[in-house]
Amino acid sequence: MAISRRTIAAGHAAFETRNLTKTYGEGEAAVHALRGVDLTIPAGEFVVLLGPSGSGKSTLLNILGGLDSASEGQAFFGEEELTAMTDRQLTQYRRNHVGFVFQFYNLMPSLTAEENVELVTEIARDPMAPSEALSLVGLTDRITHFPAQLSGGEQQRVAIARAISKRPTVLLCDEPTGALDSTTGREVLRVLRDVNEELGTTVLIVTHAAATGAMADRIISFADGAIRDVTVNDTKLDPKDIHW
Amino acid sequence: MVGPLTHKLWRDLWHMKGQAAAIAAVIAVGVLLLVMQTGLVTSLQETRDAYYDRYRMAQVFAPAARAPNHLIERLAEIPGVTAAYGRVTGSALIDVDTRALPVQAQAISVPDRGEPPVNGYLLVDGRHLDTRQEDEILLLESFARAHDLHPGDTLSATMNGARRHFRIVGLAQGPEFLYVAAPGEIIPDDARFGVIWMSRSSLSAAYDMAGAFNEALLTLGRSAREAEVLAAVDRILDPYGGLGAYGLEDHGSDRFVTEEIAGLRATSKSVPPIFLGVAAFLLYIVMSRIIQSEREEIGLMKAFGYTDREVALHYLRMVLVIAGGGAVIGALLGILAGRLQVKVYLEFYKFPFLVFRVDPAAIIWGVGLSMLVASLGGLMVLARVFRLTPAAAMRPPAPPDYSRTGRLGAAFNRFLDQPSRMVLRRITRQPIRMAGSTVGIACGMGLSVAMISLMASFDGTIEHTFSVADRSDLNVSFTHAVSEDAIFALQRMQGVFEVEPIRHVPVVFRNGLHSYQGALSGLVPDARLFRALDSEDREIAMREDGVILGAALARILHIEPGDRLTVEMRQGRQDVLDLPVVGIAETRMGAPAYMELAALNRAIGEPGRISGAYLRIDTNQADDLYERLNDIPTIAGVSLKSDSRDAFQRIMDTGAGAVRCVMAFIAGVITFGVVYNAARIAYAERARDLASLRVVGFTRAEVSFVLLGELVVVTLLAIPIGSGFGFGLAWAVSEAFSNDIYQVSAYPDPSSIGTAAVAVLASAAFSGWMVKRQIDKADLVLALKTRE
Repeated sequence: MAISRRTIAAGHAAFETRNLTKTYGEGEAAVHALRGVDLTIPAGEFVVLLGPSGSGKSTLLNILGGLDSASEGQAFFGEEELTAMTDRQLTQYRRNHVGFVFQFYNLMPSLTAEENVELVTEIARDPMAPSEALSLVGLTDRITHFPAQLSGGEQQRVAIARAISKRPTVLLCDEPTGALDSTTGREVLRVLRDVNEELGTTVLIVTHAAATGAMADRIISFADGAIRDVTVNDTKLDPKDIHW
Repeated sequence: MVGPLTHKLWRDLWHMKGQAAAIAAVIAVGVLLLVMQTGLVTSLQETRDAYYDRYRMAQVFAPAARAPNHLIERLAEIPGVTAAYGRVTGSALIDVDTRALPVQAQAISVPDRGEPPVNGYLLVDGRHLDTRQEDEILLLESFARAHDLHPGDTLSATMNGARRHFRIVGLAQGPEFLYVAAPGEIIPDDARFGVIWMSRSSLSAAYDMAGAFNEALLTLGRSAREAEVLAAVDRILDPYGGLGAYGLEDHGSDRFVTEEIAGLRATSKSVPPIFLGVAAFLLYIVMSRIIQSEREEIGLMKAFGYTDREVALHYLRMVLVIAGGGAVIGALLGILAGRLQVKVYLEFYKFPFLVFRVDPAAIIWGVGLSMLVASLGGLMVLARVFRLTPAAAMRPPAPPDYSRTGRLGAAFNRFLDQPSRMVLRRITRQPIRMAGSTVGIACGMGLSVAMISLMASFDGTIEHTFSVADRSDLNVSFTHAVSEDAIFALQRMQGVFEVEPIRHVPVVFRNGLHSYQGALSGLVPDARLFRALDSEDREIAMREDGVILGAALARILHIEPGDRLTVEMRQGRQDVLDLPVVGIAETRMGAPAYMELAALNRAIGEPGRISGAYLRIDTNQADDLYERLNDIPTIAGVSLKSDSRDAFQRIMDTGAGAVRCVMAFIAGVITFGVVYNAARIAYAERARDLASLRVVGFTRAEVSFVLLGELVVVTLLAIPIGSGFGFGLAWAVSEAFSNDIYQVSAYPDPSSIGTAAVAVLASAAFSGWMVKRQIDKADLVLALKTRE
C-alpha cells in the first residue's frame, strides 16, 4: 500500500482513532495502556497531550508515530489506516510524513549538527536545505559542532531541525522540554509553535507540564489509558508567557 | 546467604550468555592446548627418562666391523665411562605369511648369562630366552602384534644369506626401539620392521662373530665429556673397522622422540598465549562496555553505601566466572585430549606405558595471566566511574565526543553520505579498539593459515617425496656394497622396466662446530628414477667435483654453496675428504647429501660398487618378481614405495594429522569469537542510535549498514593482516617442526590464505546475521526510552 503524498488539508483530520486499545502482557499481569480511545485531531493544529505517568499519552503518540502497534481498534493518518500497515509501510510512513522530537534528543553523537539534519534530508523526498532547517530553530552559528559540544537546549533544537527538515506532515514530540530548564524549554516551545504556524505542520506534544496547554489549539487530558476531557482554546498564549 | 549483587551477577551473565560463551570458548581452547601440550611434554620426557634409566639406555653407540671382545675392557677404562658392553647385531629378513616381500629386521645378541648390562629389554609376554637353545628368540612386540605372532609360534628368517627357523618364546620392547621405522625410512610402520633378540653364541655363529663384537654400547657418568669419549672410542675401534661412535642424540629412535618433545614444547609456548591474549582483550572490551553502561547502577550502589571495593569486586567476579569457567572447561578438556593424544603417541612411540601428567604450573600461569589482564582492563574503567560522585554517575553520560574525528578529511567527507560518515568516525574515534578487534581476527586467521598450510605441506611432502623426486616402484638394498654388475642382473629379470644404481656411504659431515652423522649418496649423472631436485622441481645434475646437500642438511651445517665441507667416510679406507658444496636440493624428508656415483666410489677407493638400486617394474608381474628377488642372497631388503607412502598417509590421517585438523577448528573458534564479540559490542553500544535511525525513517537494511559497515571494515582490514600473520606463523611453525627428519614448508600455500579468508568472511557474515536479527527485533520505543 502506497501512502498518498498529498498533505492533509487544514480542517480535515490528521489523525483519527477508533476504539484504540493497547494492552501489555496477559491475564492478571496485563497492563492496559490504552482503553478504547476515540479521537480526532484536525490537520494543522497544535495539540498538547497532558496526563500523569502511565496515563497512556506516550503510548498513543508511539502508535500514531508508527513506532508501536495497537492491540485492538484502528488508527488513521488521513485516510490511511496505520494499524493495518506492515513494518515496511510504517518505515515509509515515518520516513515521509513524521518528524519526532524526544526528551533525550537522540542525536547521532558521531555527526555534527548539520550532518544530523542531513541524515534525514538525504532520505527524504522533498526536504528543505539543512541550513534552512537550522536557521528556523535559530541555530546558524553552531552547525559544525558535535552533540558533545552543544548544550541541552541546542541539542534539542538540532533534533527539532532534524525533525522538520523533511517537511513532515506531523511533528510528534515526547516530553521535548523534559530535560531542559524552563528558559531553554520556552525557547524550544517557541520553535515548535513557529513550525506549526509557518509550515502548517500538525504538532502533537506529550508533556507532564500542564502550563504548556495554554499555547495549544487543543488540550487532550489522559487518565488511566482513556481520554478524560478535550479542551479547545479560543486564545493561545505566547510561549514566552508560559511558566512552569 | 545469597546477596542481591550475586543475583545481579548471575542475571547479568545470563543476559550476556552468548558473548560470555564465546569468550569462555576462546579461553577454554587456549587452556586446553596449554594443558594438553605441556602435559604431553612432561609425560613424554619423564616417561622416556624413566624408561632409559630403568633399562640402562646407552649414551654412546660405537659400531665396528669386527672387534675382539677384550677391547671392551679398554673401552670401560676411558675416563667418564661407567659401563661398556659389546654385542653382536646383524640385519635379517623375516618371512611372514601376510606379505610377498620379506620384512627387514635387526638381530641383537643377548648375553649367554644374565641380562644385557646396557640397552636392556622389557619382556612383555612369554618368557626369557634359554640361551642353551639356539633356536629360541624374543621378538619385538609391535612387530609381533602387527603380524599376529605369539610366543610359541615359529618364524623363519634369513641371516647372513642362510635361512634359519626359530621359536618365539617371548615378546619384548627396548628403550632403543621407542620409534621403529624400517632402515632408511622415516615413518614408523610396525609391520615392516622387526627386532630379534637371541643368544650371543647363536648369533655370533650366524654372523661369524665368535670372540668378537660389532657394536659397543657405553653409559657415561655425569661428569663425562661426550666428545672426548667419542674420540677415545674411535681411536680404540678404528683398527677394527670402527664406523664412528655417536652419542644418544644421534641415535635414530631417540632423535625422533626428542624432536617431537621439542616441537610440542615450541607450540605449547607459542600458540596458547595467542588464545589467552585474545580472550583477555575480549574480556577487557566486554567488561569496559558493561561497566560503562551500568554507571547509573554503580552510582546507585554507591549512593546506597556500597564501597568502591565491593562494587569493583562485583564486576571482578563476573570476569572470574567467565575466565574461570572457560579455564576449568579448558583444563578438563585438555586432560581428556591429553589422554586421547597419549593413545596416539603410544601408536608411534613404543613406551611400555605412558601416563598423561598435567603440569599444574602451566595452567596456573596461563589462566592467572589472562584473568589478570582482563581484570585490569575492567578496573581501569571502574576507576573512571569511581572518580564521579554518585549523583554524577547516575546522570546519563554526555554524548561521546567526536569533535576530534569530525574534521578528518573534510574533502573526503563530501563523497560520503551520513551513514558512511558515522561508520568512518566511529572507527577513527576508537582506533585502538578497532585495531584490537582487527588484530584479534587477524590472529585467528593467521592461525588458520598456518594450520591449513601445515596440512597442505604434509600433502606436498607426500607428493614431492613419493611422486616427484622418487619415480621408482621399489628399491632394493644389498647386504654390502656389491659390483655394479648386479644392476645388469636386475635388469634382466622378468617384469623389470628400469634399474638405477645408488650407493649410500655412512659419513660424518663437519663444518666448523657443526656436524651431522648421515650418509652420502652416489647417484648416476642422468638419474631418472631417484633424483635430486631444486626448489623449482628441476633436476640437479650430479657433479664429480663436489656434493649437493639437502636443504635441511645445509641448514644444520650452516653451509652454503661454494663453502667447503669436511666429509669423514665411515666405510672403505675411511678417508677424510674436503669437498665443495656445489648445490642445494629441495628436500621434505630426511637430510640427504648427493654426489656423482663414480666420483664417490673413487673417493672411497671402491670403484664400481653399489649398495642398492631403484626399480621401475611391471606391477602385473610384481609377485613373481618379489619371489625371485627374495632368492638373491645379497639382497638385504626390498621396500615398496607404496608401503612407505601408505605409512605416511596413515600418520597424516590419524594422529598427527588429526591434531592439526583440531588446530584448524580451534582457529575457527577464535576468529568467530572475536568477530561475534565485536559485532555484539558494537550493537550494544549503539542500540539507541540505531533505534533513532529507525524512528526517523531508516529502513532495517540502512540501519544494518551503519552497524555492520564497521564490522565489514574491521574484517576486511583483518584479512591482509591475517595473511601477514599467517606468513609469520607458518615460518615459525616451520622453524619449530622442521628438523633433519622432516621439513615443513616455511611459505604458506596461497590456497590456505584463500581458505582462511573465506572462513573469516563466513564467520563475519554469520555474526553479522545474528546481530542483524537483533536489530530487526529491537523494540524501538524501549530503545528510545532507555538512555544508554
